[in-house]
Amino acid sequence: MHRASIPLLLYALLVTAFPVVALLVARSKRPALTVLGAKLYPHESGIPPEDGAPGKYSVRFFIFATLFVIFEVQMMFLIPWAISFRGWVAAHMAVFALIWMVISLGILFVGYTWLRRHGHCSGPE
Amino acid sequence: MPDSVVFYIFAVIAVVTAALMVTRRNAWHGAVCLITTLLATAGIFLQLHAGFLFIVQIILYVSGIMVLFVFVIMCVNLNVAMQQMKFARQKWVALMVCVVLVAQLALIIWSLRKIPSQGLPVFVSVAPERVPPTTQEVAKSLFGPYLLSFEIVSVMLLVAMIGAVALTKKKM
Repeated sequence: MHRASIPLLLYALLVTAFPVVALLVARSKRPALTVLGAKLYPHESGIPPEDGAPGKYSVRFFIFATLFVIFEVQMMFLIPWAISFRGWVAAHMAVFALIWMVISLGILFVGYTWLRRHGHCSGPE
Repeated sequence: MPDSVVFYIFAVIAVVTAALMVTRRNAWHGAVCLITTLLATAGIFLQLHAGFLFIVQIILYVSGIMVLFVFVIMCVNLNVAMQQMKFARQKWVALMVCVVLVAQLALIIWSLRKIPSQGLPVFVSVAPERVPPTTQEVAKSLFGPYLLSFEIVSVMLLVAMIGAVALTKKKM
């Protein structure tokens, strides 16, 4: 067996364990549903429900999730940049690398300040 | 252990969980299965020594995109019966898409077999020390010839950010 494939196999083991562990932990934590069917409906004088309990959610939750993904895409570019930064320092190119990243982050920061000003970074009222 | 065995382990995990994702009635179970599929695909990237793609797959897809999915499952009222009716009508379209996809894959494998020096990347085993550190290579081209594209990506993300907000506004 290659030594290089041991971490891969460990990773495969973790991946296989993930759904099982996640669902089992969720099952052990959530309250068990003991009543079923007609027992869930209001008794005699109660008004029968017309729709489910979950109501309408503010669209801001979706905006928030979308913004999270957008900032995360930018973060993906930071990873190769950060890994190579030591090499650029050795090649005396670190200042340029820093400027490029500051420009790139600055463009996104414009958007961030715009979002802040219009109150999209706070939760729903 | 040869690389192809590791590949098949991840491939089996990915295919099985992908099938489970489609067949589960519970949207939450589907989401968990999709996360496992994405993780297994990340494993294939790792096995191909594509470290950067592995990081992207984990951070962007498993954590980022899946957060979006889970938000949607949580916030959207899932009327089970209506969903089933909606999907039942797409059965033939789905079948057609599947046939086209399988044909494409078969064509790729068949055409690769004709070229003697090449094959599926899985069967080409490269010693790990001979593979260049891919993340550094990505950085080298990202901050070299593709620097302008990299900066334009930031502008594109800015447009996406404003667009996402604008879509939800009643009037600008």
